Amino acid sequence: MMEAIIAGLGGLVIGFKLLFVNWQNLIMLGVGGVLLWLGIKKDCEPLLLVPIGFGCLLVNVPLSDVMLKDGFVRTIYDAGVDTELFPLLIFIGIGAMTDFGPVLAQPYTFLLGAAGQFGIFLTLILALYIGFPKLDAVSIGVIGACDGPTAIYVTSKYAPHLLGAVAVAAYSYMSLVPVIQPPIMRALTTDKEKKTVMKFTAKPVSKTTKLLFPIVITVVGGCIAPKGLPLLATIMLGNLMKESGVVARLTGAAENEIANVVTLFLGLCIGATMAGPAFIRAETLIVLGLGFLAIILDTVCGVLFGKVLYVMTGGKINPLIGAAGISAFPMAARVVQKVGSQYNKKSYLLMHAMGANAGGQIGSVIAAAVMLSVLAGMGVIR
Amino acid sequence: MEMDNFTFGITMLVAGMGGTLATLGLLSLMMAGLGKLFPYKEEGKED
Repeated sequence: MMEAIIAGLGGLVIGFKLLFVNWQNLIMLGVGGVLLWLGIKKDCEPLLLVPIGFGCLLVNVPLSDVMLKDGFVRTIYDAGVDTELFPLLIFIGIGAMTDFGPVLAQPYTFLLGAAGQFGIFLTLILALYIGFPKLDAVSIGVIGACDGPTAIYVTSKYAPHLLGAVAVAAYSYMSLVPVIQPPIMRALTTDKEKKTVMKFTAKPVSKTTKLLFPIVITVVGGCIAPKGLPLLATIMLGNLMKESGVVARLTGAAENEIANVVTLFLGLCIGATMAGPAFIRAETLIVLGLGFLAIILDTVCGVLFGKVLYVMTGGKINPLIGAAGISAFPMAARVVQKVGSQYNKKSYLLMHAMGANAGGQIGSVIAAAVMLSVLAGMGVIR
Repeated sequence: MEMDNFTFGITMLVAGMGGTLATLGLLSLMMAGLGKLFPYKEEGKED
């Protein structure tokens, strides 16, 4: 009987024993702790990093079965990540929360949103050069969309083994935009360019235009890039609901309850893909490095495109607003305003930057949609 | 279609980035057109 008691009690300490055998799990428990610390103490994308950090802890507890068949996180993963449902549901919420008025008031800012996507394709080439397979390289490049749901959508579909690294990179770097962008913006522009004052006359947009915008983007964008139609359609559905003003309950649910529940589940699932043995590899570090580079390249190309516009318009456009042509909304626009006002107190770039930023949001989705359709056209994906 | 990584990367850059720029350029023209077609009017006079 004594042996049975000892064996039974032994079952209570086996987890601690395994903790020191599987050192990768031990390290990942630390990583989970760091993610929680970043979210809770440093306020870095807490809505995502807290569930991701917790998911990371959960999956790295020795003998954890949460991601095994019928485990509770695996069930959520299969239902929402494997089917690509979660990023799409989040997009409905993002569409419902975003005011595309600034980009509609200045449609040229769509082009700044395009320039901000260069990082995707340049990083893709770099990842291929390093030796990643084609679809892995596509998933790594898409970190440059600076858009978590888009990165998760593409990666969960074409390189699910990279999901944890790509998602963590996308969300972490997005929250680091105020740190990453300013030095690049300062380095690439002259003092004269930085001090450029852009006139802003509030140009209201008619309700009809605001209503037609999501419909036109869905139909035209969907015809051009049908493989990305789910991405385009969901963000535009959310925006149409918001602008119509007749489905306030649905809009409210999309931007609150649905977005909140899905964010929790998505974060937990992403964290649960970060199991030590699968995550602690050189490949993960390279993905994180390339993701960082992608955001830098986005900013460089955005500012350079802003400089082109500065020359073309005879110095009427401040090149700094090019940095806002990414999807980190409205963070990137605020960064532009802050840097601009450091050089010229009379410079008020926020509204222009908001246009570029909203353009960047559409731009990142269009870039991903175009990329998927080009891949389908080449026969790389079906 | 089998292709090496270099060809694939350049194709993605040209077709992908070119396609993105062209699509957003087209959409910006369409939005500018919509803005002209349906200009803002004071509340109550909205088209």
